[in-house]
Order: sequence, then C-alpha cells, then structure tokens
Amino acid sequence: MSDPIQTAIWLTIALAATTTIILLLLGTPLAWWLSRRTGSATAAIEAVVALPLILPPTVLGFYLLIMFAPDTAVGRLWQQLTGTQLAFSFSALVIGSVLYSLPFVVQPLQQAFRRIPTDLLDAAATLGATPRDQFRSIVLPLTRRSFLIAASLGFAHTVGEFGVVLMIGGNIPGETQVLSIALYDTVESLRFAEAHQLAGGLVVFSLLTLFLLYRSDDNRWGLR
Amino acid sequence: MEGLQLKLQCLGSDDFCLDISCQLPTGSTTAIYGASGSGKTTLLECLAGLRKTERGSTIQFGEDSWLSDSYAIPTWQRNIGFVFQDARLFPHLDVRGNLLFARGRAHGNALPLDTVCQWLSLHELLDRPCDQLSAGQKQRVAIGRALMSAPRLLLLDEPLANLDGAARNQCLQGLRSARDALQLPMLYVSHDIHEVSQLADHLLVLEQGKLREQGPLLELTSRLDSSLAHQEHAAAIATGTIARHDDHYGLTELQLDGQSLWVNQLAGDAGGQRRIRIPARDVSVCRQKPEATSILNILEVTLAEMEETSDARILLRLQLNQQSMLARITRKSATELELQRGDRLYAQIKSAALLSDTGDQP
Repeated sequence: MSDPIQTAIWLTIALAATTTIILLLLGTPLAWWLSRRTGSATAAIEAVVALPLILPPTVLGFYLLIMFAPDTAVGRLWQQLTGTQLAFSFSALVIGSVLYSLPFVVQPLQQAFRRIPTDLLDAAATLGATPRDQFRSIVLPLTRRSFLIAASLGFAHTVGEFGVVLMIGGNIPGETQVLSIALYDTVESLRFAEAHQLAGGLVVFSLLTLFLLYRSDDNRWGLR
Repeated sequence: MEGLQLKLQCLGSDDFCLDISCQLPTGSTTAIYGASGSGKTTLLECLAGLRKTERGSTIQFGEDSWLSDSYAIPTWQRNIGFVFQDARLFPHLDVRGNLLFARGRAHGNALPLDTVCQWLSLHELLDRPCDQLSAGQKQRVAIGRALMSAPRLLLLDEPLANLDGAARNQCLQGLRSARDALQLPMLYVSHDIHEVSQLADHLLVLEQGKLREQGPLLELTSRLDSSLAHQEHAAAIATGTIARHDDHYGLTELQLDGQSLWVNQLAGDAGGQRRIRIPARDVSVCRQKPEATSILNILEVTLAEMEETSDARILLRLQLNQQSMLARITRKSATELELQRGDRLYAQIKSAALLSDTGDQP
C-alpha cells in the first residue's frame, strides 16, 4: 500500500473518531430531550435530525459548501476565531460528518431512552437521586448496548460517507482525502489493484462492525 | 410545628380533580382509604412531588414547606420514602445493589443494612438478581430500599395489593417492626379496610377526589355518621387486653372495657394489647341476657345511637365503656324490641376477628 492510502486511512479514522465523540456529546442530551417529549415541536426536530437519512448527501454538502465560504458569516467567524479558512479543511469535514451521521447516533439512543420507564426514575427520585444522578446510575447502565450501537453506527457511517466530503472537502491528501475519496481517485486513474484493496477493506470493516453489534448481548433486562 | 398540612389541587384525566385540604398527624400511621379512582394515589404522588399541582397548592411538613406558589422542593430533596404498588426495583442491580442505592443517597444517618434485612427477612435474598424474586420478595426489597434512605415520612401506595396471604403478613410484620423501631410516620394508601384496620391509627377517607372524613381509626369505624358504617362490611375496631389463655378449649380471653371477650387462642402474654374487628352484621341485641346459647360472647352495652340505613336496616352504636361497636339489625326487630336511646342491652357477638397476632398494638 502506498503512502497516500495510509494517510487516507489515518485521516478517515481520525475523522470518524472525532465525529463519533462529538456526536455522543451532542446526541445524548438531544436524544434524551426528544425521548421525554411529544408534540409538534418535537416532531419537527425529529424530522430535521432524520433528514440526512433520505436527503442526497450532495444536497447537504452543497449548502454546507455555500455556508463555509470565506465571505459568509460562518466563514468569517471561523476565520476570526481560528485564523484559518473553514472551507476545504478537516474541521469542515467534521462539521459535515456530524450533521450527516446525526440520525445514526440520535435515533438508537432516543429509542433506548424511550424504553426506560419513567416509573423507575420516579422511584430513584424518591430515594434522593437528582436528575443527573438518575441518568448516570439508572439510564446509562440500562442503555449501555444502545450507546455501543449508536457509537458504532456513527463511526461506520462516517467512514462510509462520500457525497458530503466530496462537496465540502475536496480531495486534499492529508487534510480532506478520506478513504472513499481515495477509492474514487484510484478508480479514476485506473489503479484497480489498489481500488480492490480499499473497497474490499471497507466491506470487511463494515461487515465486521455490524456482525459484532448484532452478536452483542441483546436486551438483558427485558426493557422493551 | 408537628403534622402535615395540605392544600392540594391536581387535575387528572377524565375530568378527575383531586381537591383536598387537611391537616394530618405525623406521629402515627395514617391510612388513606377510598374506592379505586378516589384519588388516593394522586394524593401520594402530589406529596412526593411526582405530579404537577395547580396554583394555590401548598404542602407543609413540620417546619418545612415543600410546596407553595413560589417554589416546589423537588422529590429528591423531600427526604421521603415511597413504596409503590409495583416494587420498581432497578433491574440492573441485585437486591444488595438496590438497598445500597438507597443508603448511598440517604439524607440523615443511614440505617445498618443488617437491621433492615432482619426486619424484612432479606438476608438470603441479598445476592439475587431482581428478576428472580417472587412478588412478595420484590415488595419486601422495595420496602427495605425505601427504609434504607432514612426517610422522615414513608409513603406507601397499596404495597400489598398484589400479594397473597403469607407474603402480605411478612410485609406487614416488617413494616410494623420498622415503624415501631424508627417511630417512622407513614401514609398508607389502601382500598382494603382490613389492611387499613391492622396498621393505621388515623384514617382519611377519600371520595371522588374530595376528603370525605378523617379521624382516629377506632373512633371513625364506630361512628354512625361515618361512611364506613354504611358499607356492607362495616365493622367496628376495638382494642382489648389479653387476660388469660384457656388451653383446654383453645381460646383466649380478652378484656374489652372491663368485659370479657373470647377469641381463638393466640400467642402473647397476659397484658398485651390486641386489635379486634367486630363486623356490624355479626352483632345482635337482646333485652334479657340470653341463657343457654351457643354464642360465647355476650356483652352488656348501652344503646348510644341508632340510625336507619338506606336498605331499611337499623344501624346501632353500642357503647361499652370507652369503646363502641356497631350492630346492624332489621327494622322489624327494632320495632318489636321498642329500642330507645339509652337502653341497656345485651350484645351477642357471633364473630370477632383478631386483626394481628404478632406484636403489641396500642
């Protein structure tokens, strides 16, 4: 394997890991909030969260590209804060991936949180547990598997993204050239041997992730 | 200031509205009694802070104000214990884990695990996962867990409703031991007057979200104007002192305001106090002392009050000395006996059920 490919692998892992961590931090409170409410406002937010599931990635990428341009408010603010340009940077990829993979983290968590009976939390409250304590000592242990699922899906989906990255990241080795783009590159330049390695590697990775997920301990405490 | 002062308004589904204002003693066990749908559980949940109340609602517990228009102390700061009808044990923790969950968050001095386990016979369950417990065991753990948080007030919502006789008695016994050892005030919700009569000192009767009546249990159960006296299973509760045991006939003699009452032999030394329940329909009255009757218990009483009930029966309140009991007779009998207030009568008691055969009950 040539160096650019190795660089692409490391870049992809860095992007997916960063995205997953940010998604868990943002997605957990969002999923909790959504799981404890119903109504039009909640439905609207759920629709926005789910949008990347059906929207062509290029559409999301297109709007992000326009938003990240140096002459927009977002672009200028980023420039002021960091002194670097946002468009075609690793940070832009992270922001794009977070939005693109959001439903893959929020939805499993939201469903898991919904299965936690309010009754149990009430019982914990009468025993002196604050809401934060209830979440830490009741909700988290009971939804551990869903966190694993959410993190794995978020990670794997980020590894597999193509359209958004192509639109907002371009193809800069070491900065924005992730695996899927590198694969596209090798095929374009007819380097089929390398393409086979990349494509096969991605298939094995994705299969393995899903297999390990499905094999993991299912519904241990009968909370359905 | 002692006691629990409530002014609560809480809207439920289907036009239900709990609207109650009262003051309860907290030195004792208060039963909240009423048919299902009368708002008993809602009342407990409002007290625990698990339900939103309307403006103007207030809760004052002793020196502490829990609820007013400007603030509501959250559930986790009220220092209460709550035993739910469904035990609500945490499924990811074993029995010990559930008990320690409560102890780790106790407000005051936590109780020793050992003591609580002894009251509720939990020792052999400690390492079991919660899904391997029977309904009775689960409820015992739930009671133990509530006690472990060292509450200042224990709220119980029909904790024995789903249990069979033996499991019930075990739970009741545990509750009694804990209450007596800790001097723990309890609010006990139940629709079962029998259960209420065993545990409570004070009674609060709810009807369709409103307070129907309240008062000391012994007084309320023997008052003609109480809704309890007009129920099919109306029964007076009285307290007797063990006088002696008769091993030959398998009976025990209780002293009831200076008169003797025989019941099936029970455990306990002379001098111990027991609560008994005398159903109104099992009491009949005579003008002369009956001779040669199979009925063992004949007490001298004074007819204190009489009232016609809706089903053309006459309900009598018969005064012993301090205590009273009820009798339900037909209108025909009342007319033929020419009953008058103040008459001296003989009450024949066909059955008197003992309410508890363990522990002293004042």
